[in-house]
This record gives sequence, C-alpha cells and structure tokens, in this order.
Amino acid sequence: MSNQNNFRGEIGRRGLIKAGAALGAASLLYPPKPSWGASESPIKIGMVDSTTGNFAVLGQSTIKGAQFAAAEINKKGGVLGRPLQVLVEDDAGSPGTGVDKASRLLDQSQVDFFTGTTNSAVSLSISQYAAAHGKLFVCSGGHVDKLTGPACNWATFRTCSTTWIMTSGNSGTLVKEFGKKWYFLTTDYAFGHSEQDDYTKQVTALGGTIVGGALVPVGTPDFSSYLIQARAAKPDVLCLLLAGDDQINAMKQITQFGINKDIHIAGALFELEQIAALPQAAHYGSWSFEWYWDQPNVPHVHDFAKRYAATYGGQYPSARSWFGYASIHAIALAAEAAKSTDSVKVAKAMEGLVLPPEVALQASAPVYRPEDHQLMLGMFPGTVKPAGKYPDVIKVDAYIPGATIAQTPEQAGCKMVYPS
Amino acid sequence: MVILFNAFNGLIQGAFYALMAVGLSLILGLNGVINFAHGGFMAMAAYFAYTLIPYVGFWGALLIAPILAGAVGYVVEQLIVRRLYLRDPLYSLLATFGLALIIQDLLRTIWGAQGVPLTIPDFLNQPLSDVYFFITGYRLFVVALAIISTIGLFAILRFTRLGIRIRAGNSDLETIAAVGVNIYLLRSANFVLGIMFAGLAGILAAGQIGLTPTMGDELIMPSFVAIVVGGVGSLLGSLVGGLIIGVASGVTAAVYPAATEVIIYVIMGIMLVARPRGLFGQEGLLE
Amino acid sequence: MSSQATEIKHDAAPLQKPAFQQRYAFICLAVALLTVPVWLPLLGGYTDLASRVLIFALAAMGLNLLLGFTGGLSFGHAAYFGLGAYGTGLMLANYTHSTLLAVAVGTMIGGLAATLLGPIAVRRRGIYFSMITIAIGQMFYFIAVRWNSFTGGEDGLTGFSRQPIHMPGFTISLHTTSFYYLVLVCFAVGSWILWTILNSPLGHVFVAIRENQKRLTFLGIRVDVYIAVSFAISGFVVALAGSLDALLDNFTSPDNLKYTLSGNLLIICVLGGMRNFWGPLVGAFIFVLVQDYISSITQNWMTVIGLVFVLSVIFFPLGAMGFFRRRSRS
Repeated sequence: MSNQNNFRGEIGRRGLIKAGAALGAASLLYPPKPSWGASESPIKIGMVDSTTGNFAVLGQSTIKGAQFAAAEINKKGGVLGRPLQVLVEDDAGSPGTGVDKASRLLDQSQVDFFTGTTNSAVSLSISQYAAAHGKLFVCSGGHVDKLTGPACNWATFRTCSTTWIMTSGNSGTLVKEFGKKWYFLTTDYAFGHSEQDDYTKQVTALGGTIVGGALVPVGTPDFSSYLIQARAAKPDVLCLLLAGDDQINAMKQITQFGINKDIHIAGALFELEQIAALPQAAHYGSWSFEWYWDQPNVPHVHDFAKRYAATYGGQYPSARSWFGYASIHAIALAAEAAKSTDSVKVAKAMEGLVLPPEVALQASAPVYRPEDHQLMLGMFPGTVKPAGKYPDVIKVDAYIPGATIAQTPEQAGCKMVYPS
Repeated sequence: MVILFNAFNGLIQGAFYALMAVGLSLILGLNGVINFAHGGFMAMAAYFAYTLIPYVGFWGALLIAPILAGAVGYVVEQLIVRRLYLRDPLYSLLATFGLALIIQDLLRTIWGAQGVPLTIPDFLNQPLSDVYFFITGYRLFVVALAIISTIGLFAILRFTRLGIRIRAGNSDLETIAAVGVNIYLLRSANFVLGIMFAGLAGILAAGQIGLTPTMGDELIMPSFVAIVVGGVGSLLGSLVGGLIIGVASGVTAAVYPAATEVIIYVIMGIMLVARPRGLFGQEGLLE
Repeated sequence: MSSQATEIKHDAAPLQKPAFQQRYAFICLAVALLTVPVWLPLLGGYTDLASRVLIFALAAMGLNLLLGFTGGLSFGHAAYFGLGAYGTGLMLANYTHSTLLAVAVGTMIGGLAATLLGPIAVRRRGIYFSMITIAIGQMFYFIAVRWNSFTGGEDGLTGFSRQPIHMPGFTISLHTTSFYYLVLVCFAVGSWILWTILNSPLGHVFVAIRENQKRLTFLGIRVDVYIAVSFAISGFVVALAGSLDALLDNFTSPDNLKYTLSGNLLIICVLGGMRNFWGPLVGAFIFVLVQDYISSITQNWMTVIGLVFVLSVIFFPLGAMGFFRRRSRS
C-alpha cells in the first residue's frame, strides 16, 4: 500500500480517479503485445487453469510446464515459422469462471487452440465450449472418464490419464496385497465419481467387496465424522479419492486418529505437490502416480528435470508440469504435421500422434488414440517414502504402459463425430 | 454406536465453531461489523505460527502469532474499519469482504498456494484410546482451550474495567460516550481482541487440517450460523450455538450424510421462525 | 435500517431532475447500448462481455430496489440469481426447447423463492437481516452442491444450450449478437418495471421506509410487509438476470448461488451509486470490466478486486454517479 499518503484528502482522491481512468483507457486501447521480434503473428494457445482456489498449486505446475515447453519451441524457431504464445487465464477452480475465461480468450485474443484445466468439471465445460466454437482443446489435467468417453468430441484430446487407467494402475496389487474389503472417501464431483465407479468395477471383478463409502463435498475442512463411519465399517483398504487441498486435510486427520496403523490407505491420484504440504508423519499410502522425475534408466528424463528445476528455482517437475509440457508439445507437433492452424486439420493430425522420447519422458511411446483422443500414457504405481525429503519422496514400484490397462475405445463409449 | 460417536465428535467440532464464533461475536457486538475477513485473519495467524515455530516452538507460536495478528488487526481497524462506524453496516460488510480477498491473496503471494504443514507437539498427536480413536490429545486440547478462553473472556468482561465498558457499549454506545468513555479506543481494543481470538482459532485449526490460504473460507460460515442460533450479542449464546450445530451436523453425517451441511441452515431457519432473537439474544440489539 | 446516525447525507428525491436533462442523458444511454456490437470491438472488448455487463447491471438494479431504495441490506441475493439460472438450465436440459419459456420459468422460480423467504428475513432488521439472508443463500448453495442427480452438483449444470426463438414469420438465432439484444430487451423491460414502481406510491413508501422507518410505523404502516414486497420484486428481477446468465454461458454452477456473488452484486451497487437509479449499471460496467481485465494480467487479481471494495466504500460511498453529481453541482 504505497499510496497510503494519498488516502486522506481531496487531492489524493482526484489523483486516484485520474490515474485509474487513464490506466483503464490505455489498457483497453492497447492490449499487451508479445515480445517476439519477428514480423510473424504468433500462434496463440489459450490456457485456462487454476492459479487461485482449491487447485491453484496443481494449476500453477501445469502452467509452468506449458510455458517451459513454449520457451523450448520458440528457441528452436517456433511452429510453422511463427512464435508460439501461451495466454493464461485463471479459472479459480470453477467451471463457470472457466467458460467465461475461454470466451474471453477466444473473443478478445482470438486464440487458435485451448489447453489447460485441472478440475474435471472445468475440463468438461471447456470441452463443450471448445467444440461448440470449433477450436481444438487439449485437456492437460482433468481425469474424468467421460471426457474421452460418452462426452467425447472431435475437438477434445487429453494428455493426462483417464480415471480408469489410473485406478487400474494399482487396483490389482492392492487387492492382492492388502485385502478385499474396500471403503471409499470420494470427492463429490465428476472426478471422484468416475474414480469410484472404476475402482468398484475393478475390485468386484477381482472378487473384492465394497463395504461402504461416503461422498465428501469439495472444500470440506473436517473429516472426523467421515472417518468415524469409515473405521466402523472395518475395511482392509481405505481408498481416498479426494482432490486438491481436501486430500491433505484428510491425510492429516487420518494420521492423527491413527487409522493408517490398522487400515491400509490407498488411492489413485496423489501428487508431488500434495506430499510436500504434508507433515512427515503423513507420508504413507499406495498410489498410482502418473509421472515422476526420477526414472533412472529412461533417457532425457533427468536432463528435463534438471533444466526445469534450474528454470523454476529448484522446484522439480511434477506430473502436472509434465501434463502442461506434453500438451503444448503435442499441439506444436500436430500443427507442424498439419501445416496449418485450422483446428479441424490439427485435430486430424493429432489422431495417432506418437510423442517422441524427449517429450514422452517415459519408457514407452504414448500415442493419442484416434478413436477417443486419449493419450496412452503409462502409470507409475508406488508408495510414498516414509522418510523421504522433497523432491525424493516417491518409491515407484513399476511402470505400466497405458495401452495395456486402458479400456478399449468401445468400452470407453466414445462416438467421434467431426463437423461436416 | 456410530451415531453416539458422531454426536460426541460433533461436540468437539462444535467447541471449535464456538471458538471462532466468539471472536466474530465480539466484533459484531461492539463494533457492529460482520467481519468477513475473520477467516483471513485465522489463516494469517496460522501462517505466522508456521513461520515462528522453528524459532519459538509450538507453544511460543501459539502465544505470539495471535498477538501479531492482533497487531495487523489494529492497523486494519485504524486505516479502514474505524472510518466506517458511523455509516450503514453495508460499508463495513463490503470493506471486510474486500479485505478477506486481499488477505487471502497476500498469504498466497508470500507463502505460496501450496499448503504447508503445521507441526504440533508429538504427545498431543495421538489418539487417547483405541476405541474412541477420534478423541486425540490435540482435539481435547482444542476443546479445553475453547472453554478456558471463553471463561477467560467472560471474566474479562465481568471483572475488568475494559470488559465492563465493552458490555456497557454493547447495550448503549451513545450513553457511555456521553459519560466520557473514549469509544474509539474501546472499539479498537475490542476489535483487536476479536482478531486475537480469530488467530488462536486459526492456529488450532491448522494443527488439525492443512494450512492453506483458503482455509478460513470454509470454516467461517458455521460460526455465522452459531451466532444467529445463539443470539447476536451473547457470547454464551455463540458457545451454545456452536455446540448445537456441531452435534447436529455430526449426527446428520451418520444418518443422512448428504444433508450434513444443509442441516445447520435448517436449524437456523427453525430458530428464526420459532425464536427470532436466538437462544440468548437480547431483543432489539443492533437493529 | 440502522438506528445509528448516518454520516452521509443522501439526496432525498433522486429521481426528480429537470426533464430535458434527463431525457438527453437517457437517449445517449439508449443509443450507446443499442450500438454496442458496433463500437465495443473497436475498443478491444467483445460482445459477450457487454452481455455480462448488462446481466450484472440488471441483477444489481433489482437488488438495489431493496438495498438503495428500501434500505434492506441483503447479502443473499445470489440465491435468487442462482435459482433463476438453475431453473432456466434445468428447463432447457429436460423439459422444453423454448428459450423464452425457460427464462420465464427460471424467473418465476427465483422470484417465488424470494417471495416466500422474504417474510422470514424481514422478521429482523439491520445486521441481523443480512446474516439471515446470507444463511438462506448458503442453504441453496449446499443443496445445489449436494443434490448431484438433479443439479449436477459441484460440476455445474451442463447439457443445455439456448435455442433459437421461433416467432410467427421469423426466427431469432440467439448467436452472440442477437443474444446481446435479447439481454438488452430484458434489461430494458426490467428497468422499466423498476422505474415505474419507484415512481408509484409503492415506491414512495419504499423510500420512506429507508429514510425513517419509525415514523412510518407510527403512522400505522406495516413496514415489514412493504419490505417483504420490495424483497420479492427485487428477487424476480435478480432471478431474470440469473436465468440470462445461464443462457450466456450455456452453463451454470453452484458459484452462482454463493455468498461471494451476493458480495459482488452489492459492491456493484455501491460502486455505481446506490441512491441513483442507473448507478448499478455504471457499477456493473466498472466491476465487470475491471474483473475481466485484471484477472488476465495478474495472478494477484484478488488484491485488486479487494482494493476496489475497500477504497470505494471508504472514499466513494455514494458511488460514481453520486460523486460526479456532487461535483457537477459544486
């Protein structure tokens, strides 16, 4: 508050108005120009993701990954000889705001493509918006199955896994090692519902039973009443299907109640960012990680992690960073292949696109499946190291290529229709 | 059994709502301000504690952080809230609403959107019995502190000069101004006291749940309801109101989980129809 | 409604101005609004943004009937906005293809809710009244969040889109520009209704309640009934705005019911000037533009919006309209 002196008196007040009016007018008339020197107009990618709200940390990692990729691409001469520009808008974790921001990006900045989203609900709303307005949307971080299932459309591709891929990454091992009686604590929106459905199908197919579960609203601070129910059901596995800050709150309370001593805690999604926010005592559980910076025998991975950490002040790339990174590269590769920025042509070129090793950064070569536009990325089932120090906090047990565990396009239930 | 557990658990939770509600209630009573920034001050104090713990330990932080938050509260009161006492309550409501946004944003800018762990002493961090696993040393400590601080506050209000003036101001501000009490000073002191309560509640909450810039957002609404149910202007009411909604939502969680949040608003609705001034509220206050 | 002395002296009769000046200003405003799709893109804006300004202006004007002209501080009008939005969205998603019918139903649902709940809230005055309205609003918020199968829960309500309006002889497509004109028509109708009410004996009672509630009570007027009527009318107008908002994005979510939206509507009234009939329009223009612009240039947009709240209540309690009016007089 540097203008505190102006708080009193008529002069300060007038000055404020004048300054405000001038600022407003100037910014309306002269939108910020990119710093690219060439005369070519940039290819614009509109990125809608969370920089505030419940998903802010994950969104920020994704944005960093995307900007890192754009910088790499521009250093090598851009796309189709044109610079690549990533325009970020904050959805604050809300689908309504997300759609507002998408319409702003399209109407005002005339973006060529969309990417981003962490909250599945936002992913679904942007997907619907993008298809209706004829723009390609590469969803980086919303996991809900139906985005590349019944709700799929020609415009939407997805880099992160489906909840099916994620859950089948560790459901078999969990049932085998820890037991058949499962209890769910599930976040009450698209992503959680989707995860719970998938686990339920997989666990019952393996002979397990679901002994109970509770839907928990997003932003629940206190989990004690849910945990009382959960423990009363005496499950073998307490499956946490929560997102964002909720996962942290639940884990903290589970540790305090000592529930993790006699019930095995597991789940699908757990993020590097979340582990960092938990006290040492809450470092436990089995999870299905989607990407990890420490893959000793895979080329390019350590190099990428090092360059990334150098760019972002020692912060290591998370799965979210990789989602953003891979999404931007995928758009660039597809646009090069299509020799166009027309969304329909780029979408066609993206079908069957295989990520090269320096982008894939994992042991297999994932492909954007043409039938449902889902990337066949691999899973890293593993556990949190109880005594690990950031960034070395995850013990990866295996790498499972996505194509081996994904539902077939028919099972996923996608019917792809292009605009005529 | 589960219902009983949940009722008991609700009592613990309710004590915590009450702790938050008491601070809000203080500020509402004398300052006539619905402090929307209460949640922000809670998170702020918890972040202060997080930063202080490596130097002064948990107990030191529990003492110092609320005082620091109170100091910030004093500055805020002098710069913003004080200018609005004479105006319609709308203005202070909107000012604190804006303040809540600013505080949340500053916390995120300084400490990051990523949550941070607030470590609590190990001996508190254990369940006391295997059957009643939800009664941890820490939660009992929270309940005890809620009770002690409420009693302490009662004592201050009853036996000290400041307290008697606050109570007198609650019932008739113009009269005590006329007999020569500096009501501006009194209101500042009261505001700071309320913020310190917010700070205490914030640190205690952060020991139990994750510490993030948005942590206060979800915690604050139940305390509003606690105040309305208990009766505006009555600290005892806020305490009892907090306990009632805590138990109600605890029991509902066992019976019909989907209504866990809605139930407290339903209780408030019933209360307003049956007894509009709340359980312990005085008729005609703040109207 | 506060019994405390009010520091600021308000214009007692804000609606009575020299006729020619008023007419001149009104024509300018009408021309400006009618030609938005022409001039707005030249300034770097876009048509949906203008639609949003008008929607929020309509909602704030509805709220302002209660807030600025009757003196009732409701912090829960997001509830009626959201009910309008959900009503319209659910109608289009499940029951009808008629956009106008959906808007009518949404407006009715939100308005009737306000009509039924207003009498509960008006049992109390002052800050208590505000707290009750907040709590009622939050109740609807949690119902929307938890009643997944019907409302879509946290994900929001999708699966509907505004349908072309079929009139005998012609069809209106409701693309961006034509939708703006639909919003403009609704805005015009809404503000005409509010204007008519304020200039009727009923409106004079509202203003009298704001100015001196005790005197009216002594005169034997049932003040709470009149406040409830004002509450209901403002609920209908806000619900209309909400139902248009659902159509704007073809989407609605529990955020449209949350207390933060109520706060935004209030600050729009204050920013523009809540003693002035057109104040909320000016306020919506400032607020929506600032929010739209700031949130895309800085991560710290919350601080800027927060400062807008704090600075405007401290320095411009009469809002932009009040401020400029005062200056032009001196």
